Amino acid sequence: MSTWVYIFKRILSSIPILFIVSLISFFLIRLSPVDPLAQLKMNPAISKETIEKETKRLGLDKPIIVQYMLWAKNFIVGNMGYCTDNTKVSTKIKSRILNTLLLSICVIFVSWIIALPLGIIAAVYYDSLFDKILTVLTSVGMAIPSFFFAILMLLFAQKTGWFPIGGLQSVNFPEMNLIQKILDIIHHLALPVFVLSTISLSSIMRQMRANLLDILNQEYVKFAYAKGLTKFKVITKHALRNAINPIITMLGFEFAGLLSGAALTEYVFQYPGLGKLILEAVLASDINLVMASLMIGAFMLILGNLIADILLKITDPRVRV
Amino acid sequence: MKPYKDFFYKLKKDKIPFSAFIVLVILYCLILFADFFAVYPSNYSNRNLAYQPPSNLYIIDKNNRLKFPYTYNYIKTFDKDSLEIEYKQDRSKKYKLKFFAKGYEYKFLGLFKCNLHLISKPEDCNLFLLGTDINGHDVYSRLFFGGQISLTIGFLALLISIPIGAIYGGISGYLGGRVDKILMRTAEAVMSVPSFYLLIILASILPSNMTSKQRFALITAILALIGWAGFARVIRGMVLSIKNMEYIKAIETIGASRRRIIIKHILPQTSSYVIIAITLSVPSYILAESGLSFLGLGIQLPDASWGNMLKEAQEFANILYRPWLLTPGFLIFIAVLSFNVLGDKIRDISDPKTIK
Repeated sequence: MSTWVYIFKRILSSIPILFIVSLISFFLIRLSPVDPLAQLKMNPAISKETIEKETKRLGLDKPIIVQYMLWAKNFIVGNMGYCTDNTKVSTKIKSRILNTLLLSICVIFVSWIIALPLGIIAAVYYDSLFDKILTVLTSVGMAIPSFFFAILMLLFAQKTGWFPIGGLQSVNFPEMNLIQKILDIIHHLALPVFVLSTISLSSIMRQMRANLLDILNQEYVKFAYAKGLTKFKVITKHALRNAINPIITMLGFEFAGLLSGAALTEYVFQYPGLGKLILEAVLASDINLVMASLMIGAFMLILGNLIADILLKITDPRVRV
Repeated sequence: MKPYKDFFYKLKKDKIPFSAFIVLVILYCLILFADFFAVYPSNYSNRNLAYQPPSNLYIIDKNNRLKFPYTYNYIKTFDKDSLEIEYKQDRSKKYKLKFFAKGYEYKFLGLFKCNLHLISKPEDCNLFLLGTDINGHDVYSRLFFGGQISLTIGFLALLISIPIGAIYGGISGYLGGRVDKILMRTAEAVMSVPSFYLLIILASILPSNMTSKQRFALITAILALIGWAGFARVIRGMVLSIKNMEYIKAIETIGASRRRIIIKHILPQTSSYVIIAITLSVPSYILAESGLSFLGLGIQLPDASWGNMLKEAQEFANILYRPWLLTPGFLIFIAVLSFNVLGDKIRDISDPKTIK
């Protein structure tokens, strides 16, 4: 039962954080000299009524504290206002969230599947040639700017013609059957996932290697060897279970890094995700959209940390609130 | 003096981190003497020569004889059918390169006037060692001037974020109780905003009518805003354990003020961590600056930075037909790689657990 209490407490404690995030982002944007409705007013396709409705909804004629309250109330109900192109912010964001989640989950899955075994091998065969090569490769992986790597990959895709350039769907996507659709999306996802997982893989692998090295030097591992257990058993049954905990904590950070790192990669690959959306919104100074996507980004990040903490609680009973 | 000697001895023993150190020293020398290495001044631009390919250097002539390095000019032709501008080599006249010769005048280290250059262009020769960009800037010369911004902005941002983070973490850890709770929740909130989202939003609300110096200062300040929270949390953790030590109790009994205790007695104990944090976080600032400038939100033209030089790689045609525009990316890669390798080694050296 204590797990549930923990989860409940953890959710409660993330509410003030969300509140502070909303305060920071609201005042940052509202105190800047940009008129939040400037873009709406310039668009002739948007009627006067919409603008008046927006002015009323945002309470632009009232003091800033009231504006914040209004905005927060609307946000919780799910009313995020209109974009500059007169579509609802909420509908626009919904599809982007799914795309970004799809990308992030693929990246986390791919990078963990590859990074954990490699990190374990590197730690077990510490200081071997394999370990040294991996160390060099991970340094390289961590040093490439994500957007530059993405550009090089685009060049690769163009030269070989093996991968589609940008987007998430082919032009004839609606005519495909289900299996073709899935294959098409995988085909489009391949390069962005490759770029992002190369970068996140490096840090996970290093962490795994360092943790396991720490554990392998502990007394109880030596004792397990002394009992006469095989190397395989010592590592899988004793060392690994303790080395994995910090990695689970990393999951939350990993998610955070992905949201940030993905923005540039999404931009280069023209991938319709949250990062690209917020970039476009910022470049077009579409205030409603910027605010909403900033909050959603923060929300996803807190959720990621929450999931990581809960997982940690499940794997490590010593964790307390 | 001894710990530093010991440090260099350990650094020299391991070849890879030591070569990373050497690479960084070379990079910083190149940007320090940028004017000496550059062929054109930083604000040089010739729109008639946009997108000229790199000038090829030759040292062996047609008769297979070794010659002093020379190059040819390009002739610009306009193809009326395909509507494309083409550059063709004009083989009629050779231009010998001049080394350690006179070029444009500049102030050496900002001290005295000088016009000596490593390579200077022969008269009438359009020497562009790494080609030109859309504005006819010389990519080769701008690599040095861009490096001046890209490689220093990280350190400058750290000059802001490290003191803020240290004092914030110090106060939070030492005072504890409700203050600690409020301060740490705020820091967590700052960390909960995806940092790159925050960066681009902050950069986009900067007014557009600023001088390039003001913009540089503000971009540095914005970069500093993303790093301090995580740093403050680690410092707080360290302070929590330091404040229970006996010497702190002793100082408290003597009656030192809380400000004095935090700044004079607690924070200096965290200095070894701070040094490691600096070397490990400079690369992330370099990457953040290049990302921002790549999007056009960071350093603006006519100033150069490695990120905004790569901005032209956003256009697909440029990547395909003008690959020389990608060179700043490799420099970012080399700089970040060297910092990472060196930072790891410094951490290993100062971590007592790794002593064998």
